[in-house]
Amino acid sequence: MKPMTQVPERRSVQSRNGAATSAPSPAHARARRRPTSQQWAAWAFLAPVTLYLALFYAYPLYRNLDLSLRNYTVRSFVQGDAPFTGLANYRKIFDDPTFAPALLHTAVFTAVCLVFQYAIGLALAVFFNQNFRLSATLRALFLVPWLLPLIVSASTWSWMLNSDSGIVNTLLSAFGVGPVNWLTSPSWSLTSVIIANIWIGVPFNLVVLYSGLQSIPTSLYEAAALDGANAWRRFWSITFPLLRPVSAITLLLGLVYTLKVFDIIWIMTKGGPADSSTTFATWSYQLGFGNLLPAFGPGAAVGNLLVVAALVFGLIYLKVQRKQALS
Amino acid sequence: MKRTSRRRLTAAVLTVVAVTTGATACSSGASGTSTKAADSKTYTIWDPYPQFSKGSEWTKLLDGCGTEAGVKIKRTAFDTSDLTNKALLAAQQGNSSDILIVDNPVVSTLAEAGVLTTTDDNKVDTSKVSPNLLAAGQSGGKTYGTPIGANTLALYYNKKVLKAAGVDISSVKDWTSLTAALAKVKAAGKKGITFSAIGTEEGSFQFLPWFWGSGAKLTALDSAQATSALSLWKGWLDKGYAPNSVINNTQTTSWQEFAGGDYAFAENGTWQLANADKAGFDYGVIPVPASTGGSAEAPTGGEFVTMPVQQDTARYATSQKLVSCLTNSQNLLQTDTTLSYVAPTAEVQDQQVTANAKLKPWVDAVKAAKGRTSDDLGTKYPKISEQLWKAVQSALSGSASPKDALGSAQSAVK
Repeated sequence: MKPMTQVPERRSVQSRNGAATSAPSPAHARARRRPTSQQWAAWAFLAPVTLYLALFYAYPLYRNLDLSLRNYTVRSFVQGDAPFTGLANYRKIFDDPTFAPALLHTAVFTAVCLVFQYAIGLALAVFFNQNFRLSATLRALFLVPWLLPLIVSASTWSWMLNSDSGIVNTLLSAFGVGPVNWLTSPSWSLTSVIIANIWIGVPFNLVVLYSGLQSIPTSLYEAAALDGANAWRRFWSITFPLLRPVSAITLLLGLVYTLKVFDIIWIMTKGGPADSSTTFATWSYQLGFGNLLPAFGPGAAVGNLLVVAALVFGLIYLKVQRKQALS
Repeated sequence: MKRTSRRRLTAAVLTVVAVTTGATACSSGASGTSTKAADSKTYTIWDPYPQFSKGSEWTKLLDGCGTEAGVKIKRTAFDTSDLTNKALLAAQQGNSSDILIVDNPVVSTLAEAGVLTTTDDNKVDTSKVSPNLLAAGQSGGKTYGTPIGANTLALYYNKKVLKAAGVDISSVKDWTSLTAALAKVKAAGKKGITFSAIGTEEGSFQFLPWFWGSGAKLTALDSAQATSALSLWKGWLDKGYAPNSVINNTQTTSWQEFAGGDYAFAENGTWQLANADKAGFDYGVIPVPASTGGSAEAPTGGEFVTMPVQQDTARYATSQKLVSCLTNSQNLLQTDTTLSYVAPTAEVQDQQVTANAKLKPWVDAVKAAKGRTSDDLGTKYPKISEQLWKAVQSALSGSASPKDALGSAQSAVK
């Protein structure tokens, strides 16, 4: 990761220097004579991205905030005269009996998924780093979960975990284990969606960590081997510390992705049974669209809580990145 | 070199300008197609039948009605679950479609939002429609549309499985005899009954025949009758008469289980008739029995043809012509045959039964059925229904007893 971030910097410095030395003084004179056209050009170049940010980021965010601060009924949604109610929607969701379980499920879901995705991803990355025959093919196969559309993988998981006709229970019964109601029992549903999500998230961790491993010079391993360090020691003293910057970014990106996972849970359990696998993402959807009579206000409020959580971790990510750039 | 760099810059600026104007042109073009075409000769129709593509009987009928009224039809099909929000958004933006065909429990929500015109305003004739079907589109003494067709739930049964288990279908008259039949089927090594108890409106829809069949009312979810209905389902799951997967079954997955040929009974709708013929086994249909005998009231499904409010009220006259064309007897017969629905008028129902005797039990069931938003529940129904399906899920998954689950459902509605 480190060389990757540094290379463009160096290049930009070079090009800047190059421009300064090669541009003769008349160019400066011309630039002074006609500053407006340059400025116009600068604005013209800025315009698309500014427009894009305003249209697709600022406005939707503002609308979502506005939705969460008003008391929307279907009638006032259409007429556009919803009264401003301040934080009433937020108080409503904090008092909702679903709030505490949803918070707990979101935290558990995110933490457990991250830990397993990272551990499995790292183990596989180290494994594939020793180039053996067919390792490239195998690695490509591991990417399949990532390439499949989520609706396909989630539906497949829900068939496999079906209580009565699923392959998982058939296998378990071959070992004499009684059927488990993976998706329909309140004590198992969260576990089931976590398993599916780990499976989907491993390839991302594998790919990023594998590319991180590639940048660790082999000479270090050779030197360690000469000093008599065994494989375990080499992993903990060379691989793991040198991989730390990549790990930090993988985990932080994974965290933001996992926090907002919706499709897998919705397709597999709809957040049920009895809210046992409801996270903030599914709860927000349930409030806003899951009912014939949509509750846009509270739905937007839950959505905003998610945005704030993701933002906090986004800021942490930026800070970590800056620290890395400095070091 | 200076010149080239400047030229390059100009070119780049031009490209940017071209791209942005191109993009805005695209977006304005797109919004131009999504908003109602401004000209008075094009009328928009939104329907929840994405299964019918261009060139199907349904779109031909729409175009035919358009030609008859001397206008062009622009039809857009949506997924049912998507249509409510799309209709609300369109109304907010002031570009509702001229005609909106929408699932019946949604009508009262849209009416509450002030999106729909009443039949007093739009002069649509509803005199021939069966009152029990029309009730789903009525709220506060006003009618907001006319049904295009109706469907409801009943019990399909597999004749071979019942025969092997030694069950005579005529003995199944109430809950006790049904449970006894399920016990016999299980003893014979087959599977009992499948239904859908998923945590969405579908789950409530499937539970309602049992709920109403017990004598319970939607205004009191925690009544003893309601508890008895939920306990019936819970008992079936506990004894293995119904599979545990019903908790996540949609009506389609539940049908697939039945179509596998191992199940004796399946609770499903009129719309599966065509699939039932394809299933490759002999089947029959009985109404869902009520607790103490007789048929339970089942909820009506099916869509309403409505006319959303327009800024230009002069459009109503033509829209009304289109609605009358879509819902005249001849076209109703054709549409409801295509949709595998029961017609909303007695006259067309008779024609349907004459043409296909298999529809007889369904016509009877529809005659006895009841709208979910009827009894003037209107927009209270969605809230009640959400609590009802949650209670069903809690009880069936074992996280609460039927009594406690319904108790907390009732207190959440209040």
